[in-house]
Amino acid sequence: MDIPARLPDPRKREKKMYRFEYHKATSLEDAASKRSTADDATYLAGGMTLIPTLKQRLASHSDLIDLAGIDGLAGISVDGAVVTIGAMTCHAEVAASAALRDAIPALADLAGLIADPAVRNRGTIGGSLANSDPAADYPAAVLGLGATIVTDKREIAADDYFLDLFETALEEGEIITAIKFPVPKRAAYEKFPNPASRYAIVGVFVAETEGGVRVAVTGAGPCAFRVSDMEAALAGNFAPDAVAGITVSADDLNQDLHASAAYRASLVTTMAKRAVAKAAG
Amino acid sequence: MADRESGIGARVLRKEDKRFLVGRGRYMDDINRPRQVYAVFVRSQVAHGTLKGLDSGAALETDGVIAVLTGEDVAADGLGSLPCGWTIHSKDGAEMKTPAHPALAIGKVRYVGEPVAVVIGETLEAARDGAELVELDIDELPPVTDVVAALEQGAPGIHDDVPGNECYHWGLGDEEAVDKAIDAAHHVTRLELRNNRLAPNAMETRAAIGEYDPVDGMYTLHVNSQNPHLHRLVLAAFVELAPEHKLRVISPDVGGGFGSKIFIYSEETVCAWAARRVGRPVKWTATRSEAFLADAHGRDHASTAELALDKEGNFLALRVRTKANMGAYLSTFAAAVPTWLYGTLLAGQYKTPAVHVEVRAVFTNTSPVDAYRGAGRPEAAFLLERIVEKAAREIGMDPAELRRRNLIPKDAFPYQTPVALVYDTGDYEASLDKALDMADYAGFAARRAESEARGMKRGIGLSCYIEACGLAPSQLAGELGAGIGLFESAEIRVNATGGVKVFTGTQSTGQGHETTFAQLVADRLGLDMDEVEIVHGDTDRVQYGLGTYGSRSLSVGGSAIHMATEKIVEKARKIAAHMMETTADDVDFTQGLFTAKGTNKSMHFKEVAFSAYVPHNYPLDELEPGLHESAYYDPENFTYPAGTHICEVEVDPETGVVDILAFTAVDDFGRIINPTIVEGQVHGGVAQGIGQAMLEHCIYDDESGQLVTGSYMDYAMPRADDLPDFTLAFTETPCTHNPLGAKGCGEAGAIGSTPALINAITSAIGHENIAMPATPLAVWRAMRGAE
Repeated sequence: MDIPARLPDPRKREKKMYRFEYHKATSLEDAASKRSTADDATYLAGGMTLIPTLKQRLASHSDLIDLAGIDGLAGISVDGAVVTIGAMTCHAEVAASAALRDAIPALADLAGLIADPAVRNRGTIGGSLANSDPAADYPAAVLGLGATIVTDKREIAADDYFLDLFETALEEGEIITAIKFPVPKRAAYEKFPNPASRYAIVGVFVAETEGGVRVAVTGAGPCAFRVSDMEAALAGNFAPDAVAGITVSADDLNQDLHASAAYRASLVTTMAKRAVAKAAG
Repeated sequence: MADRESGIGARVLRKEDKRFLVGRGRYMDDINRPRQVYAVFVRSQVAHGTLKGLDSGAALETDGVIAVLTGEDVAADGLGSLPCGWTIHSKDGAEMKTPAHPALAIGKVRYVGEPVAVVIGETLEAARDGAELVELDIDELPPVTDVVAALEQGAPGIHDDVPGNECYHWGLGDEEAVDKAIDAAHHVTRLELRNNRLAPNAMETRAAIGEYDPVDGMYTLHVNSQNPHLHRLVLAAFVELAPEHKLRVISPDVGGGFGSKIFIYSEETVCAWAARRVGRPVKWTATRSEAFLADAHGRDHASTAELALDKEGNFLALRVRTKANMGAYLSTFAAAVPTWLYGTLLAGQYKTPAVHVEVRAVFTNTSPVDAYRGAGRPEAAFLLERIVEKAAREIGMDPAELRRRNLIPKDAFPYQTPVALVYDTGDYEASLDKALDMADYAGFAARRAESEARGMKRGIGLSCYIEACGLAPSQLAGELGAGIGLFESAEIRVNATGGVKVFTGTQSTGQGHETTFAQLVADRLGLDMDEVEIVHGDTDRVQYGLGTYGSRSLSVGGSAIHMATEKIVEKARKIAAHMMETTADDVDFTQGLFTAKGTNKSMHFKEVAFSAYVPHNYPLDELEPGLHESAYYDPENFTYPAGTHICEVEVDPETGVVDILAFTAVDDFGRIINPTIVEGQVHGGVAQGIGQAMLEHCIYDDESGQLVTGSYMDYAMPRADDLPDFTLAFTETPCTHNPLGAKGCGEAGAIGSTPALINAITSAIGHENIAMPATPLAVWRAMRGAE
């Protein structure tokens, strides 16, 4: 019994989103100009948050400006002590990059933990950082490594970038073009996934860098943040025991049906301890 | 020729899988009708309120919108309320309260997601655009979603004709004997628990296409149903959409049901009715969000239980008090689930002499609750196996030993339980022993010590479950309040050239019926698997049927097929006798060959079939031409699959994460036709049971009545990496009263696994009070007491 392949069914074009105009930008300037002339435009990177939101009609935009056709926004390059990842590089490419795995294996590992294979092959690092979901993974690495966010207008230090829930230092219309990661001496990421969505309930990125030890947490608060007590303790003794007794206050942490603030606070310590063990291992 | 590779008991690969695997299944999404239009439902966004008005003006002006129809339009056309097929009587003899369940809301809305109006559009997006513009004028009322809160004094009243929100207060068993035994007992173990509400989450969402042909007045309804004839019966006899002979229901390939596609819902009713109103075929497909809101949910009990034991650990009595959430309206089978499918199973595998159960069924501002894989039996097994485990820990007896001591012995069958059922056969100790051995129960202490050395907590948990399956028998079901029969039918048409079509009233939603049933018939008639075609899912092709649920397809539907096959053999034997010039008594039939005893004459089944349709040399004075038989099978009892599940876990005390290290299931399903298919059913069932125990939970917000877990971002489904490798084995005591000896295997995994896993977790953390789902947060909290 041989079953022939199915032909596409022209009746099955399910259009669920509100109407919008689609544009493919050819350059950063073109993107900015298209945006400025539209009524309520937004940029489209991988679309892994934007498209589901549109399909559920939770968002509506007059115009979508696709950044995928702009040359030079994707790719990974290692230049001595700095890894530069183009904003339109998808998570799967970051996870699979041999050059990155040599330079910052913790970052490649982190990319491989994001969502599922389909999302990893569409979603981009620039899109993730521009969106700044409180439970996204990349913010932990960007802050933990002290990366620099390069835009079409300027460079922003990670410490100045994450402001609040879905709120970053990006200005209206500003486009992330690349992220520059300094290569650390050692680093590791430990993630505690949400059992349903597999986003991070808590993710802790620990790195020993030229500028000192950095500990960055995602998932626990409104946006990624550093834990200075842990950084200080690890500077003296880079070992799991150094952070085992250090807890963050639960007061400002997120609370939902999957994790209370107290549970998140406890997980920050546990994940930090395990990340240190992994980095030191 | 049938041979051992395809005979009964052989691991035949599934015939239907090729079309599924290459994407050529025919699901609702693959079916579209000429001139089809699209339905989008306007649903209540508030949990409870008075529906004062509805403005469809702007919607009707939307490009492509054809019609906006409301509950008043439905009522004006004389359609009846969506019925509940079972009537339960309260302890005091009063009939249960059955408030009206209109297909589209009238006067009041009672849960978030309740359909209020339907917008019909030339395209799906036109209908969606229109639906967003329908304005509902609703005066909000305070909602109540929790089953306990809804019974409290002063709780919001959901139906004017249901005071106190109580649908019924049902009881079963000898209350006095139980009271006496508990009062006098050496030890009483008490347990209070919740059985968490679940969303069914079939991979294919519900969908329907209604059509109406004004020339002959015929309605055709395509709906992904577990029981197309039941859809036809209910829509004809109760909703009065059309007479049965003017209504054809077609259920194509169905992508999972787990109970949720048994029921007759608003949406398919409205599509069929609206097709006549607008003169076009009307299609609706649920979005996943709609599925969360408007599929009938499962479980949602709050219970207390007391188990009395003597000094030796013998169970003396069990008292159970349960509050069961019905949701806002009674769904098709809702009333039967927490009563006859729950209370009757509370004896379990044990010889407990006295059991008494009371159940209060309660209306709340939530989606209706009905049968979900196991339906009442998982709730019973969970409660019983939790309290037995707790009792063992309290009296300091090994939980396996306590169970063994109380098992109904294998020589005690048929066994009359104190809660109505008569178990026909079983050997519970055989399954227990086999499971203990396979799980290396004896070696657990050493493994626990090894875990502790690594700072981890290890636990092991048992569950000895039983279920009543093969839903039937009709007369008993009728006495218990069923509005329908529960037999099954089969028809076998043999072609002149020897191929066979088998028509069954059961309906596969992925269980492999096309393989198992073909195996049965091919084996008996000596044909190849490919010479037997199974047909289901169309009320105009299949003579009759009651569908697939309650693990009934093989034990009831397969028995009907068996009976029809035997009729075919008997007629063919007479034809063969005539042709071989002997008597039917002197004709043997094996491996597809009719042989005249004591001669060298033989005929193949196919030669006889040809003769039946080309009756040149044929006993026309005794027999009609043709080879075509049908059978209806109504069993005399339920079947009683039972077994032992053992789960071993390791808990991370820092995070509360539970790692399932091993899962052993030893099940007695009676006679097995295809072990591969049966193992697949156990795998799926255990995965769902683990899902309930650790991951899944439908949560409504108490204050707003909104469904909080309305998407996969918050509702956690079990995934491959949540599950261990399963270790499976079978024991076999054939069912005594059906011709196949089969008991059914579809639900057992979801029944036995949940308590085994929770017993393992409580064993690991040394803390009994853990609510399901035992998420990392819940386990972490339990280990710390209150935060």
